[in-house]
Amino acid sequence: MNPEATTKTTYRLPIGPIHPALKEPVAFEFEIDGERIVDVDVSLGHIHRSIEWAGMRRNPIQNLYLAERICGICSYCHPMAFALAVERAAGIEVPERADYLRVIQAELERICSHLLWAGVAAHEIGFDSVLFLTWQIREKALDLTEYLTGNRVTKAITMIGGVRRDITKDMHPMIHETMNYFKDNFEKLRHVYLDDKTFKMRSQGVGILTKEDALKLCACGPTTRASGIKKDVRLDQPYFAFGDLDFDYVTPDVLTGEVNGDVYDRIIVRLLEVKQSIELIEQCLDQMPKGDIVSEPKIAKLLATLKKAKGEGIGRMEAPRGEVFHYVKLDGNEYPYCWKVRAPTYSNILPWMPMLRGEQIADIPIVAASTDPCMSCTNRVAIVDTDKKYELNKEELHRLSVEKTRRLMK
Amino acid sequence: MTKQLTPEEIVKSFKDEFKTKIKDTRIEKHIAGTKKNELIHIWMNVDRSVFKNVVKHLMTLEEYPHLAVTSGYDMGKTIKLVYHFSIYFGVRYREISLNITVELPKPNPTIETITDLIPGALITEQEKQEMLGIKVKGIPKDKRVFISDDFPKGIYPWRRDEAGPEKMIRNLHEVKK
Repeated sequence: MNPEATTKTTYRLPIGPIHPALKEPVAFEFEIDGERIVDVDVSLGHIHRSIEWAGMRRNPIQNLYLAERICGICSYCHPMAFALAVERAAGIEVPERADYLRVIQAELERICSHLLWAGVAAHEIGFDSVLFLTWQIREKALDLTEYLTGNRVTKAITMIGGVRRDITKDMHPMIHETMNYFKDNFEKLRHVYLDDKTFKMRSQGVGILTKEDALKLCACGPTTRASGIKKDVRLDQPYFAFGDLDFDYVTPDVLTGEVNGDVYDRIIVRLLEVKQSIELIEQCLDQMPKGDIVSEPKIAKLLATLKKAKGEGIGRMEAPRGEVFHYVKLDGNEYPYCWKVRAPTYSNILPWMPMLRGEQIADIPIVAASTDPCMSCTNRVAIVDTDKKYELNKEELHRLSVEKTRRLMK
Repeated sequence: MTKQLTPEEIVKSFKDEFKTKIKDTRIEKHIAGTKKNELIHIWMNVDRSVFKNVVKHLMTLEEYPHLAVTSGYDMGKTIKLVYHFSIYFGVRYREISLNITVELPKPNPTIETITDLIPGALITEQEKQEMLGIKVKGIPKDKRVFISDDFPKGIYPWRRDEAGPEKMIRNLHEVKK
């Protein structure tokens, strides 16, 4: 911030409670000097649904389906992290085959989520044709999810002590076919996102999160890895069958040899993770042991065990956006005594502040979107001057962003 | 980077430093996958008077411990907070989860802020204030995050006593059309 600029009057720019990038509600209050963002404040809670409170009045099996509805995209990670926490609190062991099946579902969700994000990011800077191209590819992932679980979005595959559906030999060709389709299209996506001049101009050097800030603010997921921190629960503390599989941390220097922590780096990390997920699914199919898919198939019996269980446990999972964390305390009653859910965005809110400071208004959508936030959006942005009041709606903000791209393209 | 300690050494280092103020330590080992990888979760109860020093001590083991979140629940006479840390990330299989429980008496439910040590703890501290009615001393931003401003003062959703939300609940079948 140069001292000259601070003497000028700054403006307050409240954005929200809409999400400027995704279609979810969160309120920002920016302090603007001309086109530059001087300071940011975030207010949350516009879509607080008291899920934890409700979960303390339901039994653990009912909670699986409630947890599934915390997030539409991470509809596998939340119930699974809850199941992990309950399994540890109650001392339930999971069959080996289930560990592998759980990895396949988790990685398929990661592919879906990262491709969805890549499409949204393209849309934010005005490349709607890229959005459609990406989502066309993503559609295959949804088809495969439906084939494996019976549902496209809310998968209902989780069970405490395992999973609900097996993947049999006759299902392998379909999975291989879809994975080959992704591999064939990966190069196309890589070229569009990483080589395109305009994409680079909009994303390089924008929304920088330094390594130190990321560590101090407890950021997680691709957001931290793009800042060069090796932090991935799949590797740090391998749950499921991740400890058996061959893969490594994805940081942007793998591809470019340097770490900048900008939006471009976050695109790199997510794209490379899609490739990694494809490899992980293939490894799982090759190595999957025979056996049961769930430790206790009779739900009434399982519930009776859980009713008697006393203890506390944590469930940590690397969701597409970062670490999902669930804490469960069972006290020998029907309902859990305590249930705490920590979604990755919870940790990635504070890192927005250093990312957005010093950027332009037109960069808000792409920078905010770059952490892949997951909340939920209405439709109004107001630019407030002391005596005048303008209102900018979502379309207007999006138009500003598109115009900036067009200017750069000239 | 300082030398990585084993789980037993970590527990010992805390016990040596804080003696009787650290209670009920346990090391949980969970296994996963065909290779039977071990996941290590350490749990400990810490007296409120030394809590901040415990976090400082933790920071000598790892420069930037990751604070996932703080859980909290009402135990009747006390409120318990569980701080979920993880250290030694960045090397495969090496990360250790550390869960530190602190008990606060209900008549005086205060705890010191750790945002000066770990700035990322802000949101979770704010959340505990509004959900459990505790007071975090020295919190840099003393306002609500998740609950809206028009929600009545003095009602805390996670409390199980008279400060809880029970009287605000209306069951759907009781509401007149």
